[in-house]
Amino acid sequence: MAEAASARQQAAGPSVSSAPLSTLKAFAGLLSSLLLTFIGLTAITFVIGRVMPADPVLAVVGDRAPQEVYDQVYQAMGLDRPLYDQYWRYLTQLVQGDLGTSIMTARPVMDDILRFFPATLELATIATLLGIFLGIPMGVLAAVHHGRWPDHFVRIFGLLGYSVPVFWLGMVGLLIFYANLGWVAGPGRLDVFYDDIVPSVTGVILIDAALEGEWEIFWNAVSHLILPAAILGTFALAYIARMTRSFMLDQLNQEYVLTARVKGMSERRVIWRHAFRNVQVQLITIIGLTYASLLEGSVLTETVFSWPGIGQYITRSLFNADMNAVLGGTIVVGVCFVGINLFSDLLYKLVDPRAR
Amino acid sequence: MSVPRAVVEKSKGLRAWLLQDVPDSITQARVQRFYLAWLTFRRNPIAMTGFLIIASLVVMAAFAPLLTATSGLEPQLEDRLQSASAEHWFGTDGLGRDIYDRIVWGSRITLYIVGLVGIIVVPVGLVVGTLAGYVGGAVDTVLMRITDIFLAFPRLILALALVAALGPGLENAVLAIALTTWSPYARIARAEALTIRNSEFIMAAKVQGASTGGILFRHVMPLCISSVIVRLTLDMAGIILTAAGLGFLGLGAQPPTPEWGAMISTGRQYLLDQWWIPTVPGIAIFVVSLGFNLLGDGLRDVLDPKSAE
Repeated sequence: MAEAASARQQAAGPSVSSAPLSTLKAFAGLLSSLLLTFIGLTAITFVIGRVMPADPVLAVVGDRAPQEVYDQVYQAMGLDRPLYDQYWRYLTQLVQGDLGTSIMTARPVMDDILRFFPATLELATIATLLGIFLGIPMGVLAAVHHGRWPDHFVRIFGLLGYSVPVFWLGMVGLLIFYANLGWVAGPGRLDVFYDDIVPSVTGVILIDAALEGEWEIFWNAVSHLILPAAILGTFALAYIARMTRSFMLDQLNQEYVLTARVKGMSERRVIWRHAFRNVQVQLITIIGLTYASLLEGSVLTETVFSWPGIGQYITRSLFNADMNAVLGGTIVVGVCFVGINLFSDLLYKLVDPRAR
Repeated sequence: MSVPRAVVEKSKGLRAWLLQDVPDSITQARVQRFYLAWLTFRRNPIAMTGFLIIASLVVMAAFAPLLTATSGLEPQLEDRLQSASAEHWFGTDGLGRDIYDRIVWGSRITLYIVGLVGIIVVPVGLVVGTLAGYVGGAVDTVLMRITDIFLAFPRLILALALVAALGPGLENAVLAIALTTWSPYARIARAEALTIRNSEFIMAAKVQGASTGGILFRHVMPLCISSVIVRLTLDMAGIILTAAGLGFLGLGAQPPTPEWGAMISTGRQYLLDQWWIPTVPGIAIFVVSLGFNLLGDGLRDVLDPKSAE
């Protein structure tokens, strides 16, 4: 993650050519790299889904189907055509939002994903927000008190955050805060008797409940959400704090900071108005990377907390040999992942005057 | 890194040979370089902690038969779900197997996973990266585009999809992890190769008529290895966590293999009443990945003093 960020920062260095042209060029560059990544992603999922399994037809019809059925499905899947033709058909279907039909739920994979995705979005968003609002002050504090205990605390916390298996932390969290202390609600998004009361508008229960004015349900959802979000947020927190620390250290060693101090500016003003201003731009990339990786990384957390999100959908489909669902989920998460990174790149260019 | 002269002159024997100002042979110079790096490394308490953790893991894996009473595989139902005691240090699991024994045997699997991923990832990254950096031109563009595509992927999800196609199992999990981790190594190796490409000794080799392949394997790659190794050490923790995650989801090593992630997964049902069954393997994963993180940080500080703050 770090080298992707630094590569991006290098790419966004100062430019000398006229502003609109270079912006256009940069935009075209980003778009072409997005397109290429998309083609690469689909090519790989295509290979995984159609080429690697010993016999994709058997996966659909089962091994006791009569020969006619087999041949029919073989034709229907287009397996008699050349590989590039198959890939092209696959791609055109994808672009139209057709990810095939799930064997497990017998519904279009796209519909399933739209139903499961908001839960993941809710979890990853809250976790990222926790990471931002706790991680940035921690990182700044560590940089300001470089070499003293707040600094050591952030470094050690970061190391622990990087080293602990998230699914294990989730289990221990459930054991302590749910089973023993009873501070939070258990697995799932809501208590059973609250299910299906609030109509699903956005799919994000917190928003839906607030829209309906059902505050009891809202707080129940918060109680379910807080533990998985905190655990997922720990990783966002560790990464954001560590990066903020090193960016701030870079800035605080610059001469303009010294100048500001010599001029008698208050320390708070030096840190927040001067040094931190310059860090903000770099942090955008870091936050984008974190958010994207949490969308993906929630797979394990969702399993532990029985959270009905896209990660759980993918793993459950996997055990039912539901390849369409697995690959559909992979593509959706992949597109989000690449999309968020592109978005943070664009935002970076908007915010940083040097990159325009 | 300099060692006071007085120290050198006082001590005799091996230490003097190791610290001699002007080495007598190439071998001595090489050994000296490692020794000096070790001296710096030893002064770094964080790195030493990591080193000790990983060294104990290796010792544990090597002497597993001596350290355990059972193979940790056979069920002993009369002993099931016991808490920690003098006989069973970490208690027993749902099938009465000693958890301590399973942890010790599991260290072999952990080392096997990281070793195998390293053996696949480092050569692939080196070849792709040095080829792109050294040859340049269209080769560079194509190879780096492919690398970028792999870099942009969500890793765990891709590994999941791969395991779905290949079928669950330890080897397939390793393959999936390797396929999703090689790309940063290619980037690092390329950056190194770009700077090496224009150095004079490469010119000399070219003038002497060395082939491109010969130059790549004999001159460029050996110089890229150290930064790739540092990166690998830093990545080890991530590899262990991903492998454990796949094991936890039931996609990695299959029971009764004492893989730590799979042990957590099967122990999950006992969480509320026999909390130690899923907790102990988690601590083992945590300690080992912490060890690799500490070691990696320390190695980076030793080999690249600039990055140490």
